Amino acid sequence: MVKVLVDGTPVDVPAGSSALQACEAAGKEIPRFCYHERLSVAGNCRMCLVQVVRAPKLVASCGFPVAEGMQILTDTDVVRRARRAVMEFLLINHPLDCPICDQGGECDLQDQAYGYGSGVSRYQEAKRAVTDKELGPLVKTVMTRCIQCSRCVRFSTEVAGTPELGIVSRGENAEVTTYVEKALTSELSGNLIDICPVGALTAKPTAFRARSWEYKKTDSIDVMDAVGTNIQIQARGAEVMRIVPRINDEVNEEWLSDKGRFSVDGLKKRRLDHPWVRVHGKLHKASWQDTLVSMARRFEGISGDRIGAIAGDLCDVESLCALKDLMTALGSSHTDCRQDGAWYDMRSRSGYLFNSGITGIDEADALLLIGSIPRHEAPVLNARIRKQYLHKGRGGFPVASIGALPVDLTYNVDVLGEGPEVLTRLLDGSEAFAEVLKTAKRPMIILGHGALTRPDAQAVYEATLQLAYQTGVITQDWNGLNILHTAASRVGALDIGFVPGSRGFAVTNMLRGGVEILWLLGADDFPLDKISKDTFVIYQGHHGDAAAARADIILPGAAYTEKSGTYVNTAGEVQRALRAVFPPGQAREDWQIIRAFSEVAGHPLPYDSVEALRARMAKVNPVFSNAGTEIAPAPQSVTDSSVSKGTAEFNNARIRPVIDDYYQTNSISRASLTMAECSRVYGPMRAVAAE
Amino acid sequence: MAWTPAEQPDSFEFDDISEKEIAKILSKYPEERKASGTLPLLYIVQDQLKRETGHAWIPLVAMDLIAARLAVPSVRVYEVASFYTMFNTKPVGKYHLQICTTTSCWLRGSDDVVAACKKAAGVKEFGETSEDGLFTLSHVECLGACANAPILQVNDDYYEDMNGPRTEAVIDALRAGEDPAPGPSTGRLSSAPEGGRKTLLEETSPRSSGE
Repeated sequence: MVKVLVDGTPVDVPAGSSALQACEAAGKEIPRFCYHERLSVAGNCRMCLVQVVRAPKLVASCGFPVAEGMQILTDTDVVRRARRAVMEFLLINHPLDCPICDQGGECDLQDQAYGYGSGVSRYQEAKRAVTDKELGPLVKTVMTRCIQCSRCVRFSTEVAGTPELGIVSRGENAEVTTYVEKALTSELSGNLIDICPVGALTAKPTAFRARSWEYKKTDSIDVMDAVGTNIQIQARGAEVMRIVPRINDEVNEEWLSDKGRFSVDGLKKRRLDHPWVRVHGKLHKASWQDTLVSMARRFEGISGDRIGAIAGDLCDVESLCALKDLMTALGSSHTDCRQDGAWYDMRSRSGYLFNSGITGIDEADALLLIGSIPRHEAPVLNARIRKQYLHKGRGGFPVASIGALPVDLTYNVDVLGEGPEVLTRLLDGSEAFAEVLKTAKRPMIILGHGALTRPDAQAVYEATLQLAYQTGVITQDWNGLNILHTAASRVGALDIGFVPGSRGFAVTNMLRGGVEILWLLGADDFPLDKISKDTFVIYQGHHGDAAAARADIILPGAAYTEKSGTYVNTAGEVQRALRAVFPPGQAREDWQIIRAFSEVAGHPLPYDSVEALRARMAKVNPVFSNAGTEIAPAPQSVTDSSVSKGTAEFNNARIRPVIDDYYQTNSISRASLTMAECSRVYGPMRAVAAE
Repeated sequence: MAWTPAEQPDSFEFDDISEKEIAKILSKYPEERKASGTLPLLYIVQDQLKRETGHAWIPLVAMDLIAARLAVPSVRVYEVASFYTMFNTKPVGKYHLQICTTTSCWLRGSDDVVAACKKAAGVKEFGETSEDGLFTLSHVECLGACANAPILQVNDDYYEDMNGPRTEAVIDALRAGEDPAPGPSTGRLSSAPEGGRKTLLEETSPRSSGE
């Protein structure tokens, strides 16, 4: 630690910190535009000037390293005059169009102009104007507002790993551009909008829709992937206007994937806002009362083992717990959350978790991907892998993949093969990467659903587990065998036991006519045409997507923005989302619908408040007992090291990616026009790459 | 017939001369630092275009090719090429007239040189190319030869100590296909004083100066 005096206040900061960090540690706010703590230091805006005693002139604090006993003055007359001068220069070419600028109200330049701006302009000459750039369907540009802080250039180069932006020309003609017009290809491009300190990069889909101070802000959890990105839902009235990330270093740092950010318009389209009942082959609107009663009548005389339930990818744990309890009360053990047919090791929780935790990536020094394409399955997590890849430097973080990669993962990956037979080679040591894993201190394996949804998933898993023990991926104090989920509800559903009970049917058996009544809780992503014809289908969900068309009864539920729910991310972290707006029309929170039906059906569930339901969840699985707070990490080591030798053989089919089109993977993103546009713009390229 | 600048070509390949140059350049840098070759490679492309078409410039596809060769993102090469006035990202005339208009040259009369260039080459503004495709006029920042100000740079050659009439003479000679000699146009030796030596006029024997 280094001792520094900031305006006379002594602070201790780690050696190598910058003067700016020392000032922040002392509680002094330093104005800045180009400096961003998660990007490299550029030092080109000059707004963070401070005085260092015995330095010949003012220094840019963002790039000035601290030294023992350094005295920093942040609020002297010289400093203030210098910052005012910097601000005057910045404002010379910045248009005075705040009233028509979407950044207005949340603009760094606006805010700092209050502190350091002059009331009048001395500038008489012509201002420069810059042509706007076309960066694709998500990011709108007004380049005249750009102050060339280069944050966007550094973000796309460093974090997103898609170096497409640059500053070309020089002096007065310098501008941020892709040079050759093209849409940004990153799945994290929405974050450019957040890091832009002015209104040069703003959100295209929500341009001119609302002002930042009009929003009601609610903390929530993203459900577009299984990372559990912490988000803030910003709503005006009954409408969710936009979604921005919250900072959580354990999960998403401060990034959010484009699907999580820009699917919001899908929440207003194709909504189920009324119960529907199929009479004589046609769906008719009905009241809740009539719907529940006719449903209960249909259930009469049907034994429990002829009823099944399948849960989708966006469900909260509350509704899953309620539905599971209802099924148990009805005498059914046919519940399944694995609509993609995935296989998990259910012996302990670590069989289906991202065991090292997402922060474990920051320690890893070798990585093997098996059937996973993190860039599409979890873009924010992929950025973290890239961060570690850059941090470790050249060759310090070898990454290999089993399964072809249809897209550049933004770090070098060695594709070892396309089928699971590579595992055999890794196990007998004939594949060199086994040695890489063995010599690494913190080796990591990410096992994705490209492998887990195969018919031979169990064999693949067991071979992987064996490899993990053999190469030190699992040791006493490190468990680097990670399952990367793609569905936000999956881990929570597995934790609450939404899987077939003893003699219960899995999805395929339910579809094959194993049940007479099939309850789909937001489940759209399985082969619906395989549902046998005489199965009575109840669809409970928020979007009129594929499954609603097949349903005999539709129960309109709430989307994730409209209910307070618990979600468990791929690393097993239990997080709670709050309700931002109310569900539209007659739609209700899902667990309440299930509770109401249980009453009508004569099997009332023993809870009628969300608190009681959460108490019940905690009883089913103690991980839910302190949601929202830090929970104990998953067991780091699987005790049962005597891996059962799988009897099942690999089949030699290639491992296929699970996501064909990143922008449309669930009922909300499929309803979103923005996502459809992205899919149109980026789709063909992906399709070609996947061949 | 009026000259029309070339379109951006669809493809670009290094020729043998360029390849030889590139091999020489890249041998100077370690493999993982070969991005350092960006500037020399841009020159190589520009020279090749000059050889092939008579117009020295760098097409987009060539920048992409450089980026691929040096394993850097294309935009990094665009940034470099657009930053320096030495690189022409658009086709220029056979003779690229680059006039320094920075302080020293301006004080010594670069305005006359500019006016003479416009008149003799037949262009109206900076950045324009004459109708016959022979001359492109650019203004550049300090060429680092202030002792011989004002400077007119034609392609790679410096014409020094210029004034209006001598500038016109150079341009007329170029138009006639001649090869006017670069260097000081006043007859002095490099940047020696005008009108002969001003100091060290006495002849002194090496013996008498000291030991």
